[in-house]
Amino acid sequence: MTEKMKAVLYLNQFFGQIGAEDKADTQPLLKTGPVGPGILFQELLGPEVEITATVICGDNYFAGHVAEATEEVLAMIRDCGPDLVLAGPAFNAGRYGLACGAVCAEVTSRLGIPAVTGMFPENPGVESYRKTVYIVPTKGTTAGMRDAAGKMSRLALKLAKRESIGSPEDEGYLPRGIRRNYFARETGAARAVTMLLQKLQGQAFRTEYPLPVFDRVAPPPPVENMSAATLALITSGGIVPRGNPDRIESSSATRYGKYDIGNLRQLTAQSHETAHGGYDPTYANEDPNRVLPLDAVRNLEREGRIGRLHPYYYATVGNGTSVARAVQFAREIAVDLKSSGVQAVIVTST
Amino acid sequence: MVKEIEKAGIPAVHICTIVPISKTVGANRIVPAIAIPHPLGNPAKSGEEEKLLRRTLVEKALCALETKIEEQTVF
Repeated sequence: MTEKMKAVLYLNQFFGQIGAEDKADTQPLLKTGPVGPGILFQELLGPEVEITATVICGDNYFAGHVAEATEEVLAMIRDCGPDLVLAGPAFNAGRYGLACGAVCAEVTSRLGIPAVTGMFPENPGVESYRKTVYIVPTKGTTAGMRDAAGKMSRLALKLAKRESIGSPEDEGYLPRGIRRNYFARETGAARAVTMLLQKLQGQAFRTEYPLPVFDRVAPPPPVENMSAATLALITSGGIVPRGNPDRIESSSATRYGKYDIGNLRQLTAQSHETAHGGYDPTYANEDPNRVLPLDAVRNLEREGRIGRLHPYYYATVGNGTSVARAVQFAREIAVDLKSSGVQAVIVTST
Repeated sequence: MVKEIEKAGIPAVHICTIVPISKTVGANRIVPAIAIPHPLGNPAKSGEEEKLLRRTLVEKALCALETKIEEQTVF
């Protein structure tokens, strides 16, 4: 190869060294050369590739303006004329994961340029984009940066050189649901019997046809008479009494709180605050009703639109919190709600 | 969380800013909110306007809870 291949990197405002949550509204911008993790990527990609530019966009701007942001980012990448595009890795950051997935999907389908991103398998971006995008599984936090960057670089290089890509296990990306024909040494009948024997003997075996898992819940019937129903409020936006008495973590929460609002008409900056570390807390701390709408619900209760408000609300921080934990919190809360006769729930998320 | 509450048989509505995330995790009744740092408010508006905005969103959520649906629905 005589000429170096060109790569463009997509990052959020944090990894792009623009700023933290206060800069999450940053519109797409272009910087020359590698930025932040780009330095590591450049080292791993080696002399064959030069990261000529980095496109940076704030997480909130992207999540709030998906169509526009995608177009703006895509135009910047197109103008750079890269041979490959890397995005992230986004680890377990939901907004960032969706942005990385959207950028890679469009770069691949509309520009025909290979793209690779990296995410923690529970990142919502995985579910949305795993079928269209090469996503390398990463750890949940930046502690997994070097490992993720290594796998992403290796896969991106192969794609850019148009080399054939092996199975997800061999190449280290998340399965995309693509099936490729090959000649097996044994017939299907022989393989099935072997698998059955392994199963009967309690040994490990690997199915050749994993069945899809649809973890969906059928919508329960609607509330028939809201003006007589008890409503409860839950938030993943981290609204807690001032001082955060349960010490709910600002990220990767391991607990939730149950808080008495029986005598409160509204939340105030003096009574409540947010413990969430994943968004700019200014507005929520100024007026916590912006996340947990107690004032509006009390008014509607007084007017008879709802029967009554359950005298407690429940709160956790949904910032990098594992799905398993969230499920566990909600199961416990559901038991409590049932025993209190709650018939309807509003969950608010930031 | 919304899904687990509904598994227990209590209808739940998700007021959230990033609708794609809500859809992915499997909420059935979804009401789009204003912005990530202030889902039920808008500091750019006057106090009264903001309260009205919040009330409108909550009312929409209540309507969603009263609506019969067969599949994931964004209200």
